[in-house]
Amino acid sequence: MSPHATPSFLVLAVALVALAAISLYAIFGGADFGGGVLDVLASGPRRRDQQSLIGHAIGPVWETNHVWLIFAIAVLFTCFPRAFGALSIGLFVPLTLVLVGIILRGAAYAFRSQARDDSSFGRLWGHVFGIASAIAPFFFGAAVGGLTVGGFRWTSPFALAIGLFALALCAQLAAVFLTLESTGPLRADFRARAIGWTFGLAAIGALALAIAALSSPQTFAALTSAQSRPGIGIAMALGFAVLGTLATGRYALARVAVAAETIAILGGWYLAQAPYLIPHTLTVVEAAAPPVVLRAFLWLVAVGTVLLVPSLLLLFSIFKGDAANADDRRSPTQA
Amino acid sequence: MDHLSAARAQMGTSLAFHYIFAALGVGLPLLLVIVEGLWLRTHDVRYYRIARTWSRVMLLLFAIGAVSGTTLSFELGLLWPKFMEHAGAIVGIPFSAEGFAFFIEAIFVGIYLYGWDRLSPRAHWLCSFPIAISGALSAAFVTAVNAWMNTPWGFRAVHGEAVDINPLAAIFNPAMPTEVIHTTLSAYVFTAFATAAVYAFAYLRDRRDVHALPAIRAAMLVAAVAIPLQMIVGDLSARFDAHAEPIKFAASEGQFATERGAPLQIGGIPDANARTTRYAIRIPYVLSILAFENPHATVRGLDAFPRADEPAIAPVHLSFDTMVGTGSMLLGIAGWWAFATGLGKRSPSTWLARALVASGGLAFVAMEAGWMVTELGRQPWIATGFLRTKDAVTTAPGLDLAFYGFTLLYLFLATTLVALLLRVRTERAPAPRPTTIPGARIA
Repeated sequence: MSPHATPSFLVLAVALVALAAISLYAIFGGADFGGGVLDVLASGPRRRDQQSLIGHAIGPVWETNHVWLIFAIAVLFTCFPRAFGALSIGLFVPLTLVLVGIILRGAAYAFRSQARDDSSFGRLWGHVFGIASAIAPFFFGAAVGGLTVGGFRWTSPFALAIGLFALALCAQLAAVFLTLESTGPLRADFRARAIGWTFGLAAIGALALAIAALSSPQTFAALTSAQSRPGIGIAMALGFAVLGTLATGRYALARVAVAAETIAILGGWYLAQAPYLIPHTLTVVEAAAPPVVLRAFLWLVAVGTVLLVPSLLLLFSIFKGDAANADDRRSPTQA
Repeated sequence: MDHLSAARAQMGTSLAFHYIFAALGVGLPLLLVIVEGLWLRTHDVRYYRIARTWSRVMLLLFAIGAVSGTTLSFELGLLWPKFMEHAGAIVGIPFSAEGFAFFIEAIFVGIYLYGWDRLSPRAHWLCSFPIAISGALSAAFVTAVNAWMNTPWGFRAVHGEAVDINPLAAIFNPAMPTEVIHTTLSAYVFTAFATAAVYAFAYLRDRRDVHALPAIRAAMLVAAVAIPLQMIVGDLSARFDAHAEPIKFAASEGQFATERGAPLQIGGIPDANARTTRYAIRIPYVLSILAFENPHATVRGLDAFPRADEPAIAPVHLSFDTMVGTGSMLLGIAGWWAFATGLGKRSPSTWLARALVASGGLAFVAMEAGWMVTELGRQPWIATGFLRTKDAVTTAPGLDLAFYGFTLLYLFLATTLVALLLRVRTERAPAPRPTTIPGARIA
């Protein structure tokens, strides 16, 4: 089969489902990881208030955020089993480290919620929560970087830069999301962090490009090729939109912009290595499962979505009052 | 430790750990449906407090279970990439369906846990139903995958590649019906006895504990229904094995020779080299009767199959006998409780309460032993007749290091979790808000 065979409708559809699952995980799971990072980096006079707001914001929804990861993995091994096998072998070490981060983070969050914040038990698990929150996205990023640079070289400078890039993206997502969950000086704190991390993300992105230009011309050429330029351009424009909306206090719009920016980054990354899932080894079309499986999978997604959407709407309709009466619960006197 | 053993040990540890949370995640919502229903019906505040306590426990267990489940979905690829490469397209559909069921479960767990004071009592109770249903469905989908590994179905193997895949036929593979029911029931059996054990312990320490008896009653009512059913399905399952998984059946029974009128061998030590099970209690003709309802039926022993397709016999046989033995004891304890207390109308005696405490441990052993039978009994195959476990394992180095690391991590988490669970006290659970309790009796 030619590597440039046109994907069928079925392959295109499941690839979009996969991209959607990964994007949703990157946005919601990423904001969760970023929450942990901001928790560790909390500083200034309202340090404790920042941390307690982060804890409350993650509260009722953090379980559902991580279901997106399980779903993304299931899409990958059901619809692209050959790629799943090769990625699992080539990226064994960084993915195992991601797993350690996810395990420690989830457990730490549950354990900490059972303890008083000022107890040594609560503080210990608070630290674990923050550090594990940074481990997972960093190694996720390094794994993706190692995939893109070829040969699964996840310890190469470019891959490590992408690890930092993923970490910064999570922190940016969390800070932007938290501006919508807070008021007054606490909101100003998170706005400053959101702006700072947006610049940080841009700087690390530029650094990664520079490293690619110096150490891996092939990767640099792919990232700046005609087919990936629109993705990168849109992501940069949305980054400016995040800054603009934050500066003018339109926090709901900022949330939309930062989510769209995440999707643009993921889409741009994919276009940079299209049509390959594993550069120069396995294309999307080659990796795809037989049509009967893809068809069954799409039916399952349709039926599942019909059940899922009303349940999610119910969840949000019950808890939507939370933001409105959050002020009394999250006021600085609470600590 | 060699490569394959390290991978199997890591997968086994992760599964044994996850199994506890998965089982409680299936069983506890059913108990909540019952105790919260009793609260609505009787307005007895003790049931409200019990439901609040169990919902707090569910939060912790669900959180850890979600993490250990995520771990498994990673390890499928990290440890068994060749299995996922060859079978992912076949078993991916039920796995993805499990993802949806788990998602819906997580949504309603969120509503349930954070909705005590936001929903009407009736609406809140109704939210426990989707949790119980989707929890049971999750278990069913995952078990369907395991049943497929036992009896691969719905495809043709051509040069080691799966072609002509039929996803529905794969889900409804031959082993699926009995295995799904047996596994789901094991979750109810384990949760019910474990819960009864916790409250029986509290009752033995303090007879005035007002929450102990209603909690024991709710749990044991579930146990008294689930354990007889489990014995019946277990029998069906073994008879299914005799036809469809004869090697696993022979290993379970420690049966080396093919013989007519085969005896049931209880206990003993199977010696794979000497081809005999030593020191076992032998009851003539019973195995032929159990398997084929005919005392003279021929039972195929291990010698009817190639040695290369044979699992390690001793662990399979001993796990099988442990499962049947502990299961029978649980049946006895449930019967004792039903008669001695009039289905929970009277207080249990001290010895019955002690037996109930023991039943928690027995139910745990029975569940894990049953899982060992099906997993160890399928070896050396990861998917019977299609792919061997040694051909499915990853080629990545450093597996033994990963195994030790994850084992330490799990031990650490388990210790912390147990310490936290030991601090949960039913009498400290919040009382219902006055507006929600028309005519409530405060205990």
